[in-house]
Amino acid sequence: MSLTPRETAITIRGLRKAFGGQPVYSGFDLDVRRGDILAIFGPNGCGKSTLINMAAGLLPKDGGDILYDGREVSEIRVGYVFQNYREALFPWRRAADNIRYPMRRMGLAPAQVESRLQSLAERFRVRFDLNRYPYELSGGQQQLVSIMRALAVEPEVLFLDEPFSALDFETTLSLRDLLQRVLKDLGVTTILVSHDLEESIVLADRLLMLTRRPTTVADDVPITLPWPRQAESLAAPDFMALKARCLDVFQRAVAA
Amino acid sequence: MRALTAPVLGAIGFVLLWQVAVWLRVADPILLPPPAEAFSETWRGFASGTLAHDTWRTVQRTGLAFLIATAIGVPLGVALGAQEKLYRGVEFIVDFFRSTPASALFPLFLILFGPGEGTKIAVAAFGAALVILFNAAYGVINARRTRVLAARIMGASGPRILVDVLIWEALPQILVGMRSGISLALVIVVVAEMFIGSTDGLGHRVINAQMLFESGLMYGVIFVAGALGYLLNLAFLLIEKRFVHWSGR
Repeated sequence: MSLTPRETAITIRGLRKAFGGQPVYSGFDLDVRRGDILAIFGPNGCGKSTLINMAAGLLPKDGGDILYDGREVSEIRVGYVFQNYREALFPWRRAADNIRYPMRRMGLAPAQVESRLQSLAERFRVRFDLNRYPYELSGGQQQLVSIMRALAVEPEVLFLDEPFSALDFETTLSLRDLLQRVLKDLGVTTILVSHDLEESIVLADRLLMLTRRPTTVADDVPITLPWPRQAESLAAPDFMALKARCLDVFQRAVAA
Repeated sequence: MRALTAPVLGAIGFVLLWQVAVWLRVADPILLPPPAEAFSETWRGFASGTLAHDTWRTVQRTGLAFLIATAIGVPLGVALGAQEKLYRGVEFIVDFFRSTPASALFPLFLILFGPGEGTKIAVAAFGAALVILFNAAYGVINARRTRVLAARIMGASGPRILVDVLIWEALPQILVGMRSGISLALVIVVVAEMFIGSTDGLGHRVINAQMLFESGLMYGVIFVAGALGYLLNLAFLLIEKRFVHWSGR
């Protein structure tokens, strides 16, 4: 996929990373278009999370560049949603204070913090009490709070690390609906790591399929299904065809 | 109400067993007086004797030792826990002195602080501080990594992470350390009151009662000391429940 520099939000060049002498990435390149939702899918241990953790600046890279419009990750605003919401939210703060936290760290004025909190709650149609503590909320509500917290700083890039894997199917469906609507509304460049092929296709503009280590791109699939993609889209023929193609690529990538 | 039934029945059973032992003459009545006598002697100790004052002195010493231990143990433990490599360096020393019976340190502290109040409080504070320090350090070391990363990605600096995340993460463990610390301080204070030139305190009273064969009073003082330890522990459990509302949830 070739992009002009203006369209590119994230540029990865020659990325290298090894764990205990075992290379995970040795010269990995990737461009992500501004406003795209990029899903990364691959076998276990292929380094999906490693990639976004390096991109988010949580894990040092051994070599190469990850640049955001020419800037390092430390110079931009990012949001990150962890897989395990139980361990990512601060249980000693109320849900609303969890969402306020990154805005306060940014130094936003209190009035602005409140108005952003308000508009996020409206966007996500929050009907539960945000003045509760996280442990008083359901799993889906807690992960929704995590997502709101990540979006509160109006991030230039949002990272989602298997955000639905700890939730039941019904909750996943409704949260998926909500998330795709908000992300498309806001136009946030997003990288989603997922081990659920269906979820990757439903949420993404583009699906990157990775191989086993040392990790390379097995396939780079544009997902052109119309938005919004609801539960019914899962049964649509073009969705089924995409899924079949991806499954085939995946099986070859894992077998290789 | 029902929660109280079992412990109350247990306590009544214990007193009955005691009474039966007296009836059966298991021991000389001088050594094992009937429970009624122990209670009346204790009552007299409070009403007309010095027992209330003794209890208060023990509480004072324990409280002071505990405050000193907390003031040293919590900040030092948190600071060491935040520097895990440094903590690994001093871990052996902390563990060693934590395992040393505090009573073995009395002579050393007598040289340092003299045979007055200072030594009693210093030994108790030393013992309790190590327990508190050790728990605070482990609380920080075992902080959930994800929360630290989450704070970092939200723009929190190192000192901010310490204040906003690590201390909170360690708080349940710090309170556990404080609870063990105050129990240990009470133990050391009572022993110190027995042997280090004391004129008051529960330790002094209990050994005096023993030497004067006032066995009713002796048992009474033992129970007062026990009640004190139990109530301190209970108070801390309530504080933990109240202030660490998120623990284990």
